[in-house]
Parts: sequence; structure tokens; C-alpha cells
Amino acid sequence: MKKRAVVSVIGKDQVGIIAKVTNVLAENKMNVLDISQTILQDFFTMMMLVEIESGEDLDALLQQFKEIEKELGLTISIQLEDVFQAMHRI
Amino acid sequence: MAIAFTEIQETIRMVQMESLDIRTVTMGISLRDCADSDFEKVKQNVYDKITSYADQLKPIAEQVEKEYGIPIINKRIAITPVAEILGKATVDQAVELAQTLDKAAKKLGVDFIGGYSALVHKGISKGDQTLLDALPRALSVTERVCASISIATTRTGINMDAVKQMGTIIKETAELTKDNSSIGCAKLVVFCNPVEDNPFMAGAFHGAGEGEAVLSVGVSGPGVVLNALKRFPNADLGEVADIIKKTAFKITRAGELLGRVVAERLNVPFGIMDLSLAPTNATNDSVAEILEEIGLESVGTHGTIAALALMNDAVKKGGAMASSYVGGLSGAFIPVSEDNGMIRGIENNSLSLSKLEAMTCVCSVGLDMIALTGDVTPETLSAIIADEAAIGMINKKTTAVRVIPVIGKTEGDVVEFGGLLGRAPVMGVNPFSSAKMIQRGGRIPAPLQALIN
Repeated sequence: MKKRAVVSVIGKDQVGIIAKVTNVLAENKMNVLDISQTILQDFFTMMMLVEIESGEDLDALLQQFKEIEKELGLTISIQLEDVFQAMHRI
Repeated sequence: MAIAFTEIQETIRMVQMESLDIRTVTMGISLRDCADSDFEKVKQNVYDKITSYADQLKPIAEQVEKEYGIPIINKRIAITPVAEILGKATVDQAVELAQTLDKAAKKLGVDFIGGYSALVHKGISKGDQTLLDALPRALSVTERVCASISIATTRTGINMDAVKQMGTIIKETAELTKDNSSIGCAKLVVFCNPVEDNPFMAGAFHGAGEGEAVLSVGVSGPGVVLNALKRFPNADLGEVADIIKKTAFKITRAGELLGRVVAERLNVPFGIMDLSLAPTNATNDSVAEILEEIGLESVGTHGTIAALALMNDAVKKGGAMASSYVGGLSGAFIPVSEDNGMIRGIENNSLSLSKLEAMTCVCSVGLDMIALTGDVTPETLSAIIADEAAIGMINKKTTAVRVIPVIGKTEGDVVEFGGLLGRAPVMGVNPFSSAKMIQRGGRIPAPLQALIN
């Protein structure tokens, strides 16, 4: 069963953020369904809705994200979509 | 319905900036079938059962944590009150059993195992007495074993014989662990009206009426509530209650989702959600600071109890709407050593022991993680327990006492407990004696519940 997750990227705006993040997603065979991006108080903020295979091992992905975080000074997180549904929908 | 950008942002902000976390997942395990006439076998049964049931607790919790991006801070185990399976065991054997529990906790990588407990609110059975006698040693030779003793309920009154013993036990535990800031006492709670499904340590145990194994979740988030309030500096108190309620709702929903996923993967039923604002030493993760944000210059001043009552009730209302299985102690914990705001209140002299006692009338638990002078007498400790139990008994609520007489320290010193347990300024006690009252023993009768005023 496929699941949807939200990838969020927050940090200082610079060249190559989207390229690097989507590259990692592609390497992990995650399809990007939607992207929205904005600059909030000088912070680059990007949310992506991605599709992942259920039961996928997230360790490798998180490790790759960590490298980008360090390299570009960003905060990247991935969370299954259910958590947003649970918190904001009755 | 699609999730809005702002909602995603809100969740991420809560996790990354306001320390929203799942405070604890606690697996309750019944040990009643571990009893045996041969004590060696009891130990083996207990070890085997705990390590087989909770084998996957830590790895699964960590996996879920990664998938949902919300940290699960503590993984814990609660067991059947140990006094119930002690039978004819000796005190030495009871201490050995505590070591067995410690060994199991270490093997599984869980932070604490709770349930080295006895329920003696009406009378003390043989197994209970063995456990009481073993407590000081058991707490000093183990690291992760937590104990709780129920000494009073609204229906039975207060067992003052047990209260008397507890004063001595706490003092002895403090002595035995004096090289380590009397840390043993931080793992011992004395309860009035304990709940049997509480996932929070040190008072957790898997009580009668619970199933074979169950997974309960404790959620917290004082930081999230504090930040929500900061966005509305001019709201009136009705609106303040509403903001707390809505925030509590969201925290609870996230907690229940993760709890249910962990329970499902472990193949055990989901127990309860305990939504309690429980502080940590992290900046801005403080219950006292919420009270100050409501409008107190320093926690402990006049108005503190009203603010706490408002907050506690709003938390419960939000939680009750969000989950069908709200239980445990749900409300707010006000431990001193784990809450930077409370520590500051004591250092400012705005917060006193008496005010803390009064605050326990309107919030979840009781006198929690309070460091007392090392020369406090066992009778005074018993009297503090009796006072707190009386508050719980008359008000039909849970109250507890977890105080730490720090041997060698006096009023004004600061003690570092390290890690989650934090640090606390040592408080003085009333110098007048309560010894005669405590020496009388017996049982304070259960209160009349009709003419309540």
C-alpha cells in the first residue's frame, strides 16, 4: 500500500535547495505529488507532498537528508500525512 | 480534505520549535501468572515474560517516531504491583526481584520499569510488608526500577500505619543513596487514590482490572501551550481557556495516532491517552511559565491557584474531546526540579512548600520532585504525606508525594539530579514536630461524601 508523506524544508534561501532535495527523493523512488514554496520572514520554506511505499526503510533517506542539512544549513523533516489529518481534522 | 499549507506549518512549528513530543509510550504487562512457590522460578518467569512481551517496544517506537517526525521521548514498562506476586518471599528475595526487573529494563533499553508497588490503603498483607521492608535497599541497588505505594483512598481513608512507615522508608532510601544526591527517593511515589492506568513514572503500575498487556501513551507539550498563549497577549481568561483547550486537542490527536500505530504494530490493545502538561528542563517547556504567561509576575504569587485550575481544566476538556480513551492522571504535573519556572519561583521566594501543597488541590498530582533539607525527620515526612493524602481523600482526586530529603544539604542549597530529573533548590520544612500524631498510627476513617462543604 502506498502512503503519502509531507517533506518540509526550512532554512536560508540559496541556490540548489530544490534540486538537492528532489534528487534524494528520486534516488529513494519517491514520487513528488505537490510542491509549494514561500519565503517567510527571510526563511525559505518548502512543503512537498510525496508518495512512499509502505514499510519503506526511512533510515537511508534521513541520512541523506542529514548531509544536505549540514551542507546547506537547512532543517528537513518528513512526516506521514496521517499526523496532519489527525491533528487538524475532526 | 487536502491539508492546508498553514496546518502543515503549524505542526512543524510545534515539533521543531515548541518541543511537541510524545512524552512516553508505556507497555503495561500483567505478571500475575508469574507467581510460583519456588522464588527462583518467579524471578525467571518475570524476566522471561517482560523481555518477551516488550522485546519490540523500543525498536517499534523508534520506527514510528521516524515515520511521523514526532519524537517519542521515553519507552517504559508498567507491571502488576510486585507485592501481589511476592507470596512468602523474604526481604532479600524481594530485593533480588527488583534487580531482575532492572536487568530486564536494561536489556530492553527502556528508561524505567514501574510497578515495584504495593496497595496498602486499607491494610498491609504479608507480601506488602515484605515489599515495604525491601524498598530502601531495592531502590538503592537498582537504576531503572520505580516504586509506588498507595496509602489512602477516598473509600478507605488513610492508613496511618503505612504513612508512618513511609516516612522512615523515604529517609532510609535517602541515606542509602546519599552519595548520589539521595536519588533513590526520586523513584518512589506515595499515592492517595492512585489510578491504575497511569503511564507516567514513577507512579506507573499495571493495576487490577487491566488486561494481559496494553499500550498507553502519555502526551505533553507545555511549550506548545505557552507559545499559543504568547500569540494572544490581550485575550480575556475565557479566551485563554479556549486557546489551551484547542492546543490540548491537537496535541492529544497526534499522541493518540502514534500510540495506536505503536500498539497495532506490537499487537497489543491500545490503553489510554494521558494528556498531562509535564515540564522538562528544556527552555520554554515549563508549566510555571504558562501560569506566568496567564499573568503572574512569578509563579506562587496570589492568583496562582486560579490560573492553575483554569489551565488544568482546559487541558482536560481539550483532551476529552480529542480521544475517547482519556485516562491516567490527565491534567498538569508540577514537579519542581523538572520545571525551570518552578525552580525560579522558589529562588525568588514567591513559591513556598505551602503554596505547592495548595496548588495540588487543583491539579493532577501532588508534591512532586521537591528537595528537602537532609535533616528532616521521618515523622515530618510522614506528616507531609498525611497532609497531601488528606487533600486527595477529601477532594476525591489523586494526590502524591515524591520528596527527596537530600542528606547533607540544607535550605538554600541547590541539588543537581542530572538528566530528566533536573535540579532543585532545597526547601526547609516547618520546624515544629508532628511526631505525636504520627506515632498514634491507626487509620483515618473514610470521609462522608454527602455533606460536602
